[in-house]
Amino acid sequence: MIRIPCPFCGTRDHSEFAYGGDGAIIYPDLDAPMQDWHDAVFQRENICGRQVETWQHVNGCRMWLLVERDTMTHEIYSVRPAHPDMAQALEVTA
Amino acid sequence: MTRFSAWNVFWNGVTGQKGWSRQWRDPEPKPRYDVVIIGGGLHGLATAYYLAKNHGIRNIAVLEKGWIGGGNAGRNTTIVRSNYTQPGNREFYENSLNLWEELSHELNYNVMFSQRSHITLLHSPGAVDATARNYNTMRLTGNADVEIWSLEQLQEAVPHLNYGADARFPIMGAAVHKRAGTARHDAVIWGYARAADQLGVDIIQNCEVTAILRDGDKVTAIETSRGKITTDKVGLAVAGNSSRLWNMAGMRHLPIESHKLQAFVSEPLKPLLDQVVVFGMGGAHFYISQSDKGGMVFGGDLDWYKSYAQKGNLPIVQDVAEAAMSVMPCLGRVRLLRHWSGVVDMSMDGSHFICKTPVDNLYLNAGWNYGGFKATPASGTYFADLIANDRPDKVIANHDLKRFERGLQLDERGAGPDPKLHG
Ligand SMILES: Cc1cc2nc3c(=O)[nH]c(=O)nc-3n(C[C@H](O)[C@H](O)[C@H](O)COP(=O)(O)OP(=O)(O)OC[C@H]3O[C@@H](n4cnc5c(N)ncnc54)[C@H](O)[C@@H]3O)c2cc1C
Ligand SMILES: [Zn+2]
Repeated sequence: MIRIPCPFCGTRDHSEFAYGGDGAIIYPDLDAPMQDWHDAVFQRENICGRQVETWQHVNGCRMWLLVERDTMTHEIYSVRPAHPDMAQALEVTA
Repeated sequence: MTRFSAWNVFWNGVTGQKGWSRQWRDPEPKPRYDVVIIGGGLHGLATAYYLAKNHGIRNIAVLEKGWIGGGNAGRNTTIVRSNYTQPGNREFYENSLNLWEELSHELNYNVMFSQRSHITLLHSPGAVDATARNYNTMRLTGNADVEIWSLEQLQEAVPHLNYGADARFPIMGAAVHKRAGTARHDAVIWGYARAADQLGVDIIQNCEVTAILRDGDKVTAIETSRGKITTDKVGLAVAGNSSRLWNMAGMRHLPIESHKLQAFVSEPLKPLLDQVVVFGMGGAHFYISQSDKGGMVFGGDLDWYKSYAQKGNLPIVQDVAEAAMSVMPCLGRVRLLRHWSGVVDMSMDGSHFICKTPVDNLYLNAGWNYGGFKATPASGTYFADLIANDRPDKVIANHDLKRFERGLQLDERGAGPDPKLHG
């Protein structure tokens, strides 16, 4: 079991979470060229090692999180809310 | 090398099995090859074999970082079928199944291909309708051995499933693909290795590729743990490690994510199940067959998160056990013998790539999701043809990296561009 420290709920088993995917992708503007959309939707770096990815705490607070994890060792380096304002709010209150 | 024949088996039986020779050589890597195939799994070995046999290229090396068959080739649950609906896929897999039917003779090696049929359980009127649509498509396009069975037919053929009224998902009938079945994965690996070696292919184990050297749009040489090798053409067939080799060749993105899939085998039992049975319902997925040794071979879903580790996690073990109990409650007291996992390259539409790349003499064979075992003979045939002739056969014309740019997805499940949802 991977243990994910949710910033809202504390450390929980990964089976409480749903995996999203590559968290480094920045989706382009709606009117961006087709190639940009193609790359965002279909192309992946598929890193072996440390990558940022999205997970949702579906059986907990239901928040989407950005998790920095090693895809070979499964070690988790950091977890923060995916929503930037939320991440900032947590930092201010901390 | 001694050919296998009834006479040789008999003769060696009465002379103490002394007449057999080594199955393939263990050569030192040469400094130069016409073609280098990276990855000694099924696809790499099959490609080398067909390059030598169909295209007369003999100066070929297959480079394998561990031992041949140590990757997914030796980790899969050996299901072979061709019930695909997308144009391109259906011709490809039908051709593959035809090649399977002749494979033991082709390789002079018993791959124990057993066409015991592949049975998908249906649990709702909607599932029956959807399957009728798919199977009608297949029947109209050349794959005539698929049919739908009533509950009575199924009960007669497969008596040990949970037909109880209290089943969580009562069974309504089944989709049946009769020419499908299983084969012995190790035998397929060894059979291709032996046959390729006989045609002069160097199979080089413990030889990890560490760098792919380029001069502009051409690969010039390959750095390995056993020295530098120069070559005219390079084929990548490294399954779950495609992105890592892609990076070595100086490129960054592929429409692929590496995930892991687990599988299980029980202690050997007396004959219990004579088909491949598949259960898929909502979030649950389970498939099972019985090996010739008697072990129940089964598996379920991916681990759901990306991973390069050949090591599974416990929640899936629990899911698979639950599904097993709901489909075949008689398995409840059977003991598990082994359990393992393999790293598979899940693609964005669930279909594979056999194609040219932005680098002139580099060719890609990847994106097999967890269905590449059945593809082996066709994959080797078409990939060899691509490498030899530098153009794709029309069957694999859409199995390229650019199909998404053309607005095409070969998405059998209709799951959308999320690799973990294809299977
Ligand atoms: C648990 C499980 C169950 C499956 N069940 C089925 C099934 O029932 N039916 C089906 O059709 N398919 C199934 N599959 C999928 C199938 O096993 C794969 O699609 C197929 O084996 C992949 O092709 P391959 O054999 O060439 O891969 P592999 O055997 O993985 O070969 C790739 C090779 O490349 C080598 N390699 C990697 N990096 C390097 C490097 N840098 N240098 C040199 N060599 C390198 C690896 O060591 C490996 O041996 C299953 C897969 C898994 C994991
Ligand atoms: Zn939470």
